[in-house]
Amino acid sequence: MNLSKILKNALLIILASLTLAACATKKTSTTGQIQGDVYTGTDSVEYLASGVPDRVFFATNETVLTTASRETLRKQAGWLRKNSDINVVLEGHADERGTREYNLALGERRANSAKDYLMTYGISSDRISVLSYGKERPVDSGSSPLAWSKNRRSVTVKAN
Amino acid sequence: MLLRYLFILLIIIPIKAFALIEVDITRGNLNPLPVAVSPLSIDNESKENFKKILKQEDLGSEISIVVENNLRQSGLFNPLDKNAFLQEPDVANLKPRFEDWNLIKAQALVTGKVTFVDEKLRVEFRLWDVLAGKEMMALAFTTVPSNWRRVGHIITDKVYERLTGEKGYFDTRIIYVSEEGPKTKRIKKLAIMDQDGFNNKYLTLGNELVLTPRFSPTNQMVTYLSYFRNLPRVYLLDIETGMQEVVGDFPGMTFAPRFSPDGKKIIMSFAKDGNSDIYTMDLENRIVERITNHPSIDTSPSYSPDGKQITFNSDRSGYQQIYVMDSNGKNVKRISFGNGLYGTPVWSPRGDLIAFTKLHKGKFYIGVMRTDGTGERLLTENFYQEAPSWSPNGRVLVFYRETKTNSKGEGFSAKLWSIDLTGYNEKMVETETDASDPSWSSLLSN
Repeated sequence: MNLSKILKNALLIILASLTLAACATKKTSTTGQIQGDVYTGTDSVEYLASGVPDRVFFATNETVLTTASRETLRKQAGWLRKNSDINVVLEGHADERGTREYNLALGERRANSAKDYLMTYGISSDRISVLSYGKERPVDSGSSPLAWSKNRRSVTVKAN
Repeated sequence: MLLRYLFILLIIIPIKAFALIEVDITRGNLNPLPVAVSPLSIDNESKENFKKILKQEDLGSEISIVVENNLRQSGLFNPLDKNAFLQEPDVANLKPRFEDWNLIKAQALVTGKVTFVDEKLRVEFRLWDVLAGKEMMALAFTTVPSNWRRVGHIITDKVYERLTGEKGYFDTRIIYVSEEGPKTKRIKKLAIMDQDGFNNKYLTLGNELVLTPRFSPTNQMVTYLSYFRNLPRVYLLDIETGMQEVVGDFPGMTFAPRFSPDGKKIIMSFAKDGNSDIYTMDLENRIVERITNHPSIDTSPSYSPDGKQITFNSDRSGYQQIYVMDSNGKNVKRISFGNGLYGTPVWSPRGDLIAFTKLHKGKFYIGVMRTDGTGERLLTENFYQEAPSWSPNGRVLVFYRETKTNSKGEGFSAKLWSIDLTGYNEKMVETETDASDPSWSSLLSN
């Protein structure tokens, strides 16, 4: 991993967000990171169990899982195998920069992309339901590329 | 929740007249027509009766204000200041002194008379051509007193139609989503109001998320998306009785509903296993038909007014674009080829245009194009706006616009806006709360 390149990318994106949001403050740079349009920070992340993050993030208009997302989902699959009585809802979300109806479809597609990955790691589809919120439930109310990156997500939520 | 439609329309004096004054609706508000809307005359006894029933000081004056505001809002008319009027309402309604109205540069004059007859409201009005010194139109209506604002809207529709040659859009309502609370936990309710923002009513309580209400062409029914019990499904709501039901029995999310032009079908998206396709359900026999079958996202369907074609949004090219197909799903053609992404296509009630939302270089636009994709015109640009809905005469679009928040995520708001097809006369539509997803009804009368 070339860390300086990642940091450089993140910095470029943060700079871009600063110019876009004229009123953004310097505080932005400490609240999170973006790599290639995908959120890599831990700001909004919660944990299903120790070391098992509850969410994965996506690039704009994308439903493809990143390497980091696949790692998170493998951890979730491991946790689900150990806790066979737990069912989950995968809640798919989009950022506010898209039309409402398309974003509902996009959220559904993102959650299913996470579902498919969990299934390849042995989790039965009976234990997973999918719910798209489109852009209706942002976790960050900001209007910046960083806020949008946190909102493009699929969150695994215990159903029982 | 119960809404009143009771309306007795009585036309007593249809008059044939020649269009002496003409308003060119294709040129926007460059030169709005100066028009004088005289307060409608009212006798003292009627005045007292209406005061008791409606708590309105002077109903004649109030109705004329409804007309005046409508005409101003259209951008095509310039209602003149009432303080400059020289003639008393009752005299003017019998026979205007055209010199007086000419003096204040009025080209058209609206006069009328309000009476209380058998517990009912009777309104007559006349439209005069000031320059020619002629009566252009005279009509009378009888209705229940509580309908008084609608009388003002119907008068406006008649005046608009007589002077522009096109149907009006004032005796209509807008259904929309009322929004409150922080952006991360927005509370949304269905709400309905008259086109001018009055008579606002909430149709749901806000217990569950509701989105994208759309009027039926028959006006009694609305279709929308509700997250009732966390199951996002398309619902049908009767706005008169408050009865609602799920549309179809789909094992997954249904969304993006609209009625067919005859009101007999609902067209919508059904999402399953990461794929959204377009389906219809016949409301009479409940037969469900699949219209598209493609691994891409297909959504936001909207019928042409003749019901023969459907425009919709798909990312089958890789990104959101607008397509047109036959109503059976055959002959799919992409029609948007400009730079950027295109969404929310809506077919004009006139049939000739498709309104859309466009995202290009971080800006959102509301625009129109011909149904073959040519002649794209962008009407308005902003940080965020989408979801145009046509006025029933196809001259005005209503849509919603959201503001950018500051660095702390504060300052979010969502409001309804309207704009003329010409790109002129952009106006905010006042609502009690924040608002989004507007849908314009067809004309309530005729």
